[in-house]
Amino acid sequence: MKFQIPIGPQHPALKEPISLRMTVEGEVIKDADLRLGYNHRGVEKLAESKSWIQNIYLTERICGICSHSHATCFVQGAEKLLEIEAPRRGVYLRYLVSELERVHSHLLWLGVAGHEAGFDSFFMYTWRDREVVMDILEMISGNRVHYAINTLGGVRRDLDEAQKAKILDGLKILKARSEYYLKIGAGEPTFVGRLAGVGMLSRQQAMDLCTVGPVARASGIARDVRKDDPHAFYDEVEFDVATADTCDVLGRAVVRIKELFESYKIIEFVIRNLPDGPIAVKAPRRAKPGEVVSRYEAPRGENIHYIKSNGSDKPERLKVRAPTLANYAATIEMLRHGFIADIPLIFAAIDPCICCAERTAELVDARTGEERIVRFADLRRLAASRQAHSNKRNVAWPL
Amino acid sequence: MLKKLTRWSRIKSPWILHLNSGACNACDIEVVAALTPRFDVERFGVLLKATPRHADVIIATGPVTRQLKDRIIRIYEQTPDPKFVVAVGACAMSGCVYRGAYNVMGGLDQVIPVDVYVPGCPARPDAILDGVVKLLGKL
Ligand code: SF4
Repeated sequence: MKFQIPIGPQHPALKEPISLRMTVEGEVIKDADLRLGYNHRGVEKLAESKSWIQNIYLTERICGICSHSHATCFVQGAEKLLEIEAPRRGVYLRYLVSELERVHSHLLWLGVAGHEAGFDSFFMYTWRDREVVMDILEMISGNRVHYAINTLGGVRRDLDEAQKAKILDGLKILKARSEYYLKIGAGEPTFVGRLAGVGMLSRQQAMDLCTVGPVARASGIARDVRKDDPHAFYDEVEFDVATADTCDVLGRAVVRIKELFESYKIIEFVIRNLPDGPIAVKAPRRAKPGEVVSRYEAPRGENIHYIKSNGSDKPERLKVRAPTLANYAATIEMLRHGFIADIPLIFAAIDPCICCAERTAELVDARTGEERIVRFADLRRLAASRQAHSNKRNVAWPL
Repeated sequence: MLKKLTRWSRIKSPWILHLNSGACNACDIEVVAALTPRFDVERFGVLLKATPRHADVIIATGPVTRQLKDRIIRIYEQTPDPKFVVAVGACAMSGCVYRGAYNVMGGLDQVIPVDVYVPGCPARPDAILDGVVKLLGKL
């Protein structure tokens, strides 16, 4: 007996709310189909009517969680077209914010994963500690989410000694808390048991489907733009590309926790080695004609911006390939042969955000054509009850 | 007497629905951040609900994309009376940077009536809290 389940289309967790259509047999998903475009706002078209400097603020608003990623990716490309280079101090500050953003994004994700696995106190803990990094970001940039720190040719705000000390203090708290999460994870067999073996994606599949970011790294592919194509100071600082080879949701969680520690290392390096000098140079209004591809390692994976200029003060074309898009194909693979109850977890594992709370699923009986609305909360209850019956009790935390 | 009781319960425990109408996610995480320990709206009795049929207050973010327009109207109609709408963020107020894009309506009030506007891009969690509390004060 086969069912069709449409999920969404309002799935606000992603940049584009998305509609999933699943064919299930019993509780097992046989096939899945994605439909996109519900959150299409026309950003790329809009970019063509805005000047270079205005576009920084537009690209920042492509996505709220990795806002700095899009703005930085755009600025990197635009600076090449404008033929300017940001001074050292500006570059350091720019990527300092990048790493802080990665920390905030991964903490957010950990909380979401805990929430989807039915572990709500974990969610509350991580989000409380996330406020520490939000405070640091607010102190540096003046805003909690859209930092607007990038400008053409550098950054807009400088850092003083007192702020540096505050960041280091904050890092201490964050480090201690992250260690604590490792401990919770290690001593929490139900949590590990819930995540292990869910949403399998083998190394070969991850390769074939061009996954990026933590999804690829959790399948054993050490792919990271910061290592493969080092820009700024990434070739000077010592950090590892976190990988895992469990190929499941647990691996994705492990990779993200490990990346937290790498980011702390990089942030410390930046604070201790911050060069003196100006933070920005003056940028010309017009770019020379040409095109450029800019790559950047966002918290969710490789972000690519293609920018074409025709010599005016506006870009002629801006194309954005966000990391989530690259992971969609793999999501279908992960969902296949999974359980309905695992849908939220698997979907969360590619890193959408928390707004899933209002997602609805609709069950359609293929034979009678009768439709049934299932709320997201029900799905979670289903997930929790499946966990209670699962026999993966004593799975070890592979850290 | 009964009137007094309903008014009291309405003020003491408003249930909210969080609705994304094409926002950039930043406002949404700030709405969620308002639920977490630092800000904790639950101490005002505010509870996040997953379905419009349980909600009293719709907290909406985003400039309303054309694709979602009908859906938002449907969600608004599904919410039982009396219902209130809080528009969070510059997008929900007027469209923010997306104003003029071909696929956005440019503001929540183009589609459904709005009671409280919370400015900011994104609005801070404390601002959202303040908005909700002001709304409760109006009742
Ligand atoms: S108001 Fe700003 S932060 Fe909020 S959804 Fe709109 S662009 Fe994003």
